[in-house]
Amino acid sequence: MKLIFEKSQPGRRGFVFDPSDVPAQAELPDEYLRDEDAELPEVSELDVVRHFTRLSQRNFSVDTNFYPLGSCTMKYNPKFLEDVARLEGFAGLHPLLPQLRLGGMLTQGALQLLHHAGRLLGEITGMAAFTMQPLAGAHGELTGTMLIAAYHRHRGNRKTKLIIPDSGHGTNPASAAIAGYDVVAAPTNERGVVGTDAVRELLDDDVAGMMLTCPNTLGLFNAQVKEIADLVHSVDGLMYYDGANLNAILGRARPGDLGFDLVHLNLHKTFGTPHGGGGPGAGPVGVVERLVPFLPSSVVTKRSDGTYALNYDIPQTIGYVAPFYGNFAVILRAYAYILRLGREGLREVADNAVLNANYLLGRLREHYRVPYDRTCMHEFVISASRQKENGVSALDVAKALIDRGFHPPTVYFPLIVDESLMVEPTECESKETLDAFADAMIEIARLAEENPESLQQAPHGPVTRLDEVAAARKLDVCYQPDGE
Amino acid sequence: MAYVSNTDEERRQMLDALGMESVDELFEDIPEDLRCGETDVPEGRSEDAVHRHLHWLSEKNAAHLTLFLGGGFYDHYTPAAVDALLRRGEFCTPYTPYQAEVSQGTLQAIYEYQTAICRLTGMEVSNASLYDGGTALYEAMMMALRITGRNKIIMDSGVSPIYRNMLQCYTSNLKVDFVEVPVRHGQTRRDLVAESLDDETAAIILQNPNFFGVIDNHSDVARMAHEVGALAVMSCYPVSLGLLKTPGGMDMDIATGEGQSLGLPLSFGGPYLGFMATRREFIRKMPGRIAGATVDREGNRRYVLTLQTREQHIRRESATSNICTNEALCALGALIYLSLLGREGLKQVAGLCADKAEYARQRLEAIPGVEVMRGAPTFNEFCVGLPIDAGEAVGRMIEQGFAAGFPLGRYYPEMSRYLLVAVTEKRTKAEIGRFADALEGVL
Repeated sequence: MKLIFEKSQPGRRGFVFDPSDVPAQAELPDEYLRDEDAELPEVSELDVVRHFTRLSQRNFSVDTNFYPLGSCTMKYNPKFLEDVARLEGFAGLHPLLPQLRLGGMLTQGALQLLHHAGRLLGEITGMAAFTMQPLAGAHGELTGTMLIAAYHRHRGNRKTKLIIPDSGHGTNPASAAIAGYDVVAAPTNERGVVGTDAVRELLDDDVAGMMLTCPNTLGLFNAQVKEIADLVHSVDGLMYYDGANLNAILGRARPGDLGFDLVHLNLHKTFGTPHGGGGPGAGPVGVVERLVPFLPSSVVTKRSDGTYALNYDIPQTIGYVAPFYGNFAVILRAYAYILRLGREGLREVADNAVLNANYLLGRLREHYRVPYDRTCMHEFVISASRQKENGVSALDVAKALIDRGFHPPTVYFPLIVDESLMVEPTECESKETLDAFADAMIEIARLAEENPESLQQAPHGPVTRLDEVAAARKLDVCYQPDGE
Repeated sequence: MAYVSNTDEERRQMLDALGMESVDELFEDIPEDLRCGETDVPEGRSEDAVHRHLHWLSEKNAAHLTLFLGGGFYDHYTPAAVDALLRRGEFCTPYTPYQAEVSQGTLQAIYEYQTAICRLTGMEVSNASLYDGGTALYEAMMMALRITGRNKIIMDSGVSPIYRNMLQCYTSNLKVDFVEVPVRHGQTRRDLVAESLDDETAAIILQNPNFFGVIDNHSDVARMAHEVGALAVMSCYPVSLGLLKTPGGMDMDIATGEGQSLGLPLSFGGPYLGFMATRREFIRKMPGRIAGATVDREGNRRYVLTLQTREQHIRRESATSNICTNEALCALGALIYLSLLGREGLKQVAGLCADKAEYARQRLEAIPGVEVMRGAPTFNEFCVGLPIDAGEAVGRMIEQGFAAGFPLGRYYPEMSRYLLVAVTEKRTKAEIGRFADALEGVL
């Protein structure tokens, strides 16, 4: 398909503003002006609408296909969330308004929303307070590791290390490293989790804390989580909960009760806001009481008269992690989602997500290797290692699923399982969808034995397999018309 | 209601297949003493009840004010087609395009976005987006530290104080040495920059137009930085690039900025769009997703995420950044906005902003007691000195229906009588006239 730049016709316009209604002004001196116009496309509104509509049709999405991408929680995104996010009283609200004199009164609805959303998340996770500022999950992790650092600075502790399981999301060690910590990897045991013995072995006075995903990326709940937390606390370390998999335990267990001191949530995973093809998300961070003094500035507070205000006077704050109050329009969608579901609905999420995953695992168990064969939570990891013996890799399985109309699971993650396929069906999918997916996976397993070549050629179209090596070797990341 | 599809009967069949009586059995790995009782979350409500509640909250915000308030975040008009396309579920509900064959729509759009950002900024390569203008500037600083292996950063105080606060926060646990260089009449002080630059300097960070609205040609500053082996980093306002000299044209090494003005709503602070562009030689040091062109088995031009070995999901603690989810849908919105406006439209909107701001500046200057900061050219935002405290004046103007600007005293205590006024293409001559009259009335 042609690029929008290749559809350009000199002189064609897609949008024209009203001509100026003020007297013509003197031009700015040349030295401040660009030498040439920005070569943006010259296209009509119809050109644009048709181009992007056609592009959109070249995507799989939750709205069009089953999308069991593990650890990403690709649940259905209710349509009314899009409407409430666009209410003019929210969409048109300038973020600097509350910084004007008496400006807080101009944004009472928005501040109330942020305050209430934080309280609800606190109740759901068992945390004392939330900052809504982090702009995505990894940004929440960075905020969390900076909070850990602030805590230890305040305590006069000299801590240099964070323990992170080898099954953890790549963002965990990356966030720890850019906040200035050394990463110590904790090994996964034969039960698919990090055991207390492994933690004990790694523990010393240099340990600032531990980041844990629970259930982990293998979809397994660590029954020793409280003991691990006690161990980490024994060296004055802090327990960080990576909330990517909170969907599994909503209404059943709370990170605060499990011994965690900080948690980030991915609102775009657990709380129904759309993933947008890779964002925007939101990654609010909740903390227990003793970390509240370090939260980012500003904090929304409720006054005794029932009004809301932004407090910037936080002596021990880590400072400003975002320009304002977070990805507000994402937070408000998640807030509406929580109100819509309510207490019972949140529990139904976990119940159905876990039931769907276990049912699907049950259907696939005989056909794929299951490295840690236990009751799973909201997701599970299987391996194509058996198929690999016939030359069919996890990647081939993924591409063969595309031919059958399914978005593939997460592949080659977690790194500790070879030929891994990480499947997360979410609570929203029906039994018939799960059955259709299982049928396809079983058919692929059969073809891996009978006709492996047919899978190695997948997908068969409309877009056939892409050459990723060539893309990296011969970098073309910005369009240059021929001959330039 | 949890948006589940299965009926009780289907759940029964699934439990039967698992040989289980109840869903509770699936949660047996959670030790009993760690399970939570009923949470204090309210009961679920209907869609229309939640909608009514959100509507009620939205009405408690003063979104009706006529905005002369900017500070890096602007009230531009967005053509309707932008949001109509962003609402398409095929764009809105996929995730990061890891599976390229079924994500060509998103991937081609990222490639087009990168191209648009390069053409806008005059730079060679762009990533797929970062969270916002502030985190983009932080990532640029980290990139400069990595590239040079040095740890001193020179910060022009014309850079948004909002961003400077963020950079301070992010480096609190790292060894970064900040030197802040004050401005004079809103302009970068070359003499002080020259004094501060040395062979330990990783980068000088600039902004154009700067927080005071002042525009500059920083080509000489970039040259000074390069002479000592430091990088020049510039945060910029994309709409202004319809007219103004580009960071590429000034020989900057990294350009970043806030993309909100490209068709995204103000939405009380987000989601916004951080953009970043740099030299081709630095592409492997750049954080974030990057889409690249390749071919499929038939030799057709296609797109994939490329250079992923820089990223956290592969490189873990050695990655260039921890970023995973970025602002893909916002970047798509910016691309659609730039496509609709095109080369003429972008020039037109930038010209309208500059002309209307200059007109407003003249109107305000005519008010007795009001003094306009002169000496340096501005784009669509400018400082005015008032005879009274600017915060007080803004408070009075709210009663007249205007968000009159940003009182600079908040970040620059010595400038408490100064007001930062922003004008976009949306402000009409009549509105500007009423604004000037109202300001005269409240002083």
